[in-house]
Amino acid sequence: MSVLNLKVNGQSHSLDVDPATPLLYVLSDDLALRGPKLGCGLGQCGSCTVIVKGNAIRSCITPVDAMAGSEITTLEGLGTIEKPHPIQKAFIDGQAMQCGFCINGVIMTAKAFLDRNPKATDAQIRQAMSGVLCRCHGNGRMIRAIKRYAQGVKT
Amino acid sequence: MKPLAVSKELTPDAFVALEKTGMSRRQFIARSGALIVGFTMAELTTRLMAPGSAAAQRLDGAGSGRLDSWIAIGADGNVTAYTGKCELGQGLYTAQKQLIAEELSVPLDRVKLIQCDTALTPDQGTTSGAQSHPTNFNEKNLALASATAREALLQRASVQLGVSVDRLTVKDGVIRAQADSSKSVSYAELVGGRTFGVPLNPGAKRKHPSEWTILGKPVPREEIPAMAAGQFEFIHNVRVPGMLYGQVVRPPAVGATLVRVDDNPVQGVPGIVKVVVKNNFVGVVAEKTWQALQAANKLKVTWTPGTGLPSQRDFYEHLRNQKPTRDTFLVNSKDVDEKLASAARVVRATYHYPYQMHGSVGSSCAVADVKDGKATIWSATQAVYPLKNTVAMVLGLPPENVRVIFRLGSGCYGINGADTVSYDAALLSQAVGKPVRVQFMRKDEMAWENYGFAFVIDERAGVDATGTITTWDHESWAPTLGGRPGPNNPGNVITGFLAGFQPAAFTARTPAPEPTDFSNGSNAVPSYVTGCVGGRCGGTGAVTSQRVLTHNVKSLFWTGPLRSPARLQNTFAHESFMDEIAALVKADPVDYRLRHLRDRRLTQVMKSVAKAANWQTRPSPRPGIRRTGIAGGRGVSCVLYEGDNGYCAMVAEVEVNQDTSEITVKRLVIASDCGPISNPDGLRNQLEGGALHGVSRTLLEEVTWDDQKVTSTDWATYPPLFLDANVPKIETVLINQSDGSTMGAGETATTVTAAAIANAVFDATGARIRQVPFTRARVKAALDARA
Repeated sequence: MSVLNLKVNGQSHSLDVDPATPLLYVLSDDLALRGPKLGCGLGQCGSCTVIVKGNAIRSCITPVDAMAGSEITTLEGLGTIEKPHPIQKAFIDGQAMQCGFCINGVIMTAKAFLDRNPKATDAQIRQAMSGVLCRCHGNGRMIRAIKRYAQGVKT
Repeated sequence: MKPLAVSKELTPDAFVALEKTGMSRRQFIARSGALIVGFTMAELTTRLMAPGSAAAQRLDGAGSGRLDSWIAIGADGNVTAYTGKCELGQGLYTAQKQLIAEELSVPLDRVKLIQCDTALTPDQGTTSGAQSHPTNFNEKNLALASATAREALLQRASVQLGVSVDRLTVKDGVIRAQADSSKSVSYAELVGGRTFGVPLNPGAKRKHPSEWTILGKPVPREEIPAMAAGQFEFIHNVRVPGMLYGQVVRPPAVGATLVRVDDNPVQGVPGIVKVVVKNNFVGVVAEKTWQALQAANKLKVTWTPGTGLPSQRDFYEHLRNQKPTRDTFLVNSKDVDEKLASAARVVRATYHYPYQMHGSVGSSCAVADVKDGKATIWSATQAVYPLKNTVAMVLGLPPENVRVIFRLGSGCYGINGADTVSYDAALLSQAVGKPVRVQFMRKDEMAWENYGFAFVIDERAGVDATGTITTWDHESWAPTLGGRPGPNNPGNVITGFLAGFQPAAFTARTPAPEPTDFSNGSNAVPSYVTGCVGGRCGGTGAVTSQRVLTHNVKSLFWTGPLRSPARLQNTFAHESFMDEIAALVKADPVDYRLRHLRDRRLTQVMKSVAKAANWQTRPSPRPGIRRTGIAGGRGVSCVLYEGDNGYCAMVAEVEVNQDTSEITVKRLVIASDCGPISNPDGLRNQLEGGALHGVSRTLLEEVTWDDQKVTSTDWATYPPLFLDANVPKIETVLINQSDGSTMGAGETATTVTAAAIANAVFDATGARIRQVPFTRARVKAALDARA
């Protein structure tokens, strides 16, 4: 165990954890965050995604010490129920989820990609979502919500 | 314990008082005849101390005949309702709130709904089988309770105001005289904070859909803003003070049993609390997830070799020839052999369907707190009451000492790992006397879940000289092992089995007894026969000569309901076969179906889907097929789900790249008739997702194994459609039958997808695919086999 400093959604945390612990378990167990989730633990499905330096990171396979000192943003760091971020609002307006478990990975992956590639084509957007899985197969509504957000980013 | 689970529905002091008694809300209602909502602790304590026999009055069984078990009006006039049918991501929570608000004429935001908690809600069995709408939105249960409450309130208002019921109106929880709006009384004034004390009234009238202002509207789902903001409490987010983390160690092979556990390697692991062994169940508990994972990996567990598995290559032959079998006739007109012998033509085909998995995106999770002979289980189970019983069996506790509280998990689509992980958490918590959370690692979820049934299906039909079907013969083989635990079979899922319980016994039965009643719950009977048994004809078709014989055999792996269980497999065979016959007699696939249908509503969805898809009437395959390059085609399929629970028809348009053997589904048009529609946007969401789930299963999904174990243990070895998939345009046609009964709609689109795609591939290429999934290798084989 060793003390690490972690900055999550603008707040600093000093944590005594095994530095090899995957970031996800620190976020969900120690900080009780509800956005990032354990889907596969293998970096295959996207459910655990957080944003670090503008990149979508799979927190289930990222050791926490690799993230020490970095600014980490989770889904709850984007917006709130009352004031959702525009990408969250696009999903709410489009009722673009069913069970909602995967939505963390969908939103965080899409946001990181579109913020870096605001002029992305539809094909590029789909390609960017290639490692994200929705088992309710709400693909159609999700891709539409992402495009609606993308249009806002472009303008 | 902190009142974290039920604090919202009780005043805080009432909660404390109730907790102190150890009574459930239902016991409380039965005993005291009073409502909890709005009560102070002093009032509550007085009532609870009154003499009575609480235990003897538990409300068991399906639903409840007491209005107070379903609906409570608070002192503030707000409505609290209780349901045993849970939100699984299908939108049911919001739809049920719409129902209650509609029937009681109160705004949606004044309705609070408590779902699936054995201490609070009526026993409504399992949220499954597309049965929630039929159960709670027709003439019984929650719908009847809402209607009963409205009538009871109107009657009381009539007495109080001196105005007859038919001269009263209700709006926003206030009842007024039509003639004099100053004569009014609110729900709160009538019963606020008190019980109704009346039984459900079977004569209470529901509002006709033409009067609806809340139900039937596309009300947005209540959970979605919190989900999008990362605030929603999934089962995975439940945190209990003092909670520890558990992991399980499963056998390395099917049939392997435990020899010994050497815990020396984990002695040095920081945070390790305990290694737990019970029969063949092995688990570890630690202070943190990461520690539990490391301990599970380091633990030295010795197992016997597995019992061995038959080669997957020969599996379907193995399935067809396996003994013993359990044989069942669904229909048998006893003239099938004779009609086949005299038919102008006999058509035959065999269809194969693999084991598939639920494959929830989030691995299953539960939290258990077992101490002092009592247990509280937070679970994403579809079956809180049955689970209460089987957890009690697993823990050796009386069922009344177990409380199961539902929290939404990752979409389950049937019995995923939610029940079995609840046993894991319970066993580990019992061993350490503290709350324990377990979330599976991916391989533990995938290698041991209750898979959807594999099938081998033989179809035969006789056709007369005019091309009309004269007889239909269906015979199928499907493996089964375990399933939903129900109220007394914890061995139906892996943890219960490892802990020493056996799955429900397989009872062989040969020959099949003659059918005594028609039921088509598994859609084993095709839509085109009359379904006549014992003089009653429950089928949807015209063909009178019919035989449907099914064989169940013991499965290699655990099985259980997976979205459209058996119905998808049977419908794939029936609807593909119907297409094959139509092609043989050179008939248009839609016309040919309509010729053999008798059911008005199934006919209507077929016609509607054909119209919406701009279906061009002609036989399949399309004329002028080239054997290379990209070919486009269309196919159709339909079903009356479970024989009585939702009509659906689909047109699929596909492109087949005949050089790469790749299928691309371009467009799906779906017509649905599920009676009066509760929430059209929710219905569309279900149809769209269900159809795409169907595409994923049709094109990609198949559980694989070697000679010892399942080898589909992650998304690389069991790849479904991901979000980069080139998904079809999906169009839905909703037929709102406002005078009919409400039916299910969450599984109908999934049911028809495989056959619609197979038929479209045939239309495009002339190649027939009879085995799911339609892998490139199978498409290539079918293309190469063309004449």
